[in-house]
Amino acid sequence: MNTTFDTELQWLLGGIIAVLVVATVAGAILARRVTTDSGRAVVDNLIVRTRAWWVMCGVFGIALLTGGAGSVLLFGLISFLALREFITLTPTRHGDHRALLWVFFLLTPAQYLFVWFDWYGMFSIFIPVYAFLLVPTRSALVGETEHFLERTATVQWALMVCVYCVSHAPALLIIDVEGYEGQNAKLLLFLVIVVQGSDVLQYIWGKLFGKHPIVPRVSPNKTWEGFAGGISCATLIGMGLWWATPFAPWQAALMALGISLMGFAGGLTMSAIKRDRGVKDFGALIAGHGGVLDRIDSLLFAAPIFFHLTRFFFGA
Amino acid sequence: MNGIIANLLAALARMTSGANVRWMTDDTRDGQVIYFANHTSHLDFVVLWSVLGKEQRPRTRPVAARDYWEATGVRRYFATRIFRAILVDREGESVGHLRAQLTQLIEALDAGDSLILFPEGTRGTSEGMAEFRGGLYFLARQRPDLGLVPVHLHNLQRIMPKGEFLPVPQLSAVTFGAPLRLEKGEGKEAFLARARTAIEELAPS
Repeated sequence: MNTTFDTELQWLLGGIIAVLVVATVAGAILARRVTTDSGRAVVDNLIVRTRAWWVMCGVFGIALLTGGAGSVLLFGLISFLALREFITLTPTRHGDHRALLWVFFLLTPAQYLFVWFDWYGMFSIFIPVYAFLLVPTRSALVGETEHFLERTATVQWALMVCVYCVSHAPALLIIDVEGYEGQNAKLLLFLVIVVQGSDVLQYIWGKLFGKHPIVPRVSPNKTWEGFAGGISCATLIGMGLWWATPFAPWQAALMALGISLMGFAGGLTMSAIKRDRGVKDFGALIAGHGGVLDRIDSLLFAAPIFFHLTRFFFGA
Repeated sequence: MNGIIANLLAALARMTSGANVRWMTDDTRDGQVIYFANHTSHLDFVVLWSVLGKEQRPRTRPVAARDYWEATGVRRYFATRIFRAILVDREGESVGHLRAQLTQLIEALDAGDSLILFPEGTRGTSEGMAEFRGGLYFLARQRPDLGLVPVHLHNLQRIMPKGEFLPVPQLSAVTFGAPLRLEKGEGKEAFLARARTAIEELAPS
């Protein structure tokens, strides 16, 4: 899990900083020019979001540069916070308290320990098999049967989405790719750049040209125009970053396309959950962005698929 | 030393409860008031106390049950040294006894401290609040100039239900409402009902 701090990694990190500088300068210029109240609100939001992006990129960058430990720890923490936001919205009762203690304080850390120990076999089945069976058993032992299936199913879903899916991001560091040893940090960066870039680009394209919502009842802001523009741009960005990956340019483009499509699917699904629970955001931890889950919703579905595709086609 | 422990504990309580704090009016953040809240979890007063400002916190004393907080040495240490809690008996119902307890509260108020009070007395069920006891009305009558600030605590009973020892981290909400005062000629029942409604109205939709 060692990370080499090579030139390509430096270029990727430098590129992120450059984009943030551009966004910050653009925000400052727009803030001077804006005249209307609604315009002011949009620009203020842009500035708050950009500032949060600096913090998020800083934390992520530091984690990445520490090698494996920092990344595993960071994503473990993200899982923990995401799980907390998710469980808050679920119909769990007193009878699930002990099961939830297991979920938060044992199952989640264990999943990340398996990543850290490079134990792929256990990592890939621990939650779908062992946690899947343990959680309902612990709740059943308490004897509270009201809405039992509903409660158990949501806790299992929370574990799958907030822990299992997210843990595939740092697990990119343990894939063996021939001729790419010690360079896997760039795969993780590739995933995060494409998935978050796709998010931002879909937002921008949607704001500029968005007319036809895809599923208006779930999310009126996700439009066909934003989808097409954002995803094709993100695919091009991914292709342009092929030099940092073990992929050829066309393979990098397909990977980026897959990541973006899964990112869209994740964002849409999480929006449907928010709609159902009647909330706008999962939390309020990140200024301008909402909760942790609101920020990583697109990563949730993209991470396991990108992990699997990479391991399947490029794994040694 | 106790001050440092208090600040650490407050930070820990805020972290565990993930509390989203809202103030309906800013004038209840500082100065002497009586906070009164719905009671659902052992975490209640610790969380309410922890989200107060750094200046306000040391001047705010929770009113808590003696049998619980004197049960072990550690609890007693926290209750008396860290929270400076005013411990009251839940069992004693004789008139003289109640009067002695209320005198204790009045003394704290006269020393300039704010109070945190749970008028339900005991923790309610998650379904709704229990009937309010009369202490709040008595205080409102004795010290009519003080603002009585309704506080709604949301989701704490799921973080730490009755009888559990470890909290499951979730997000909660603490909402501070506009201060109430006893109105001219308002009776005990009417006032307590109004106070209860004031908390209910702060519940997040």
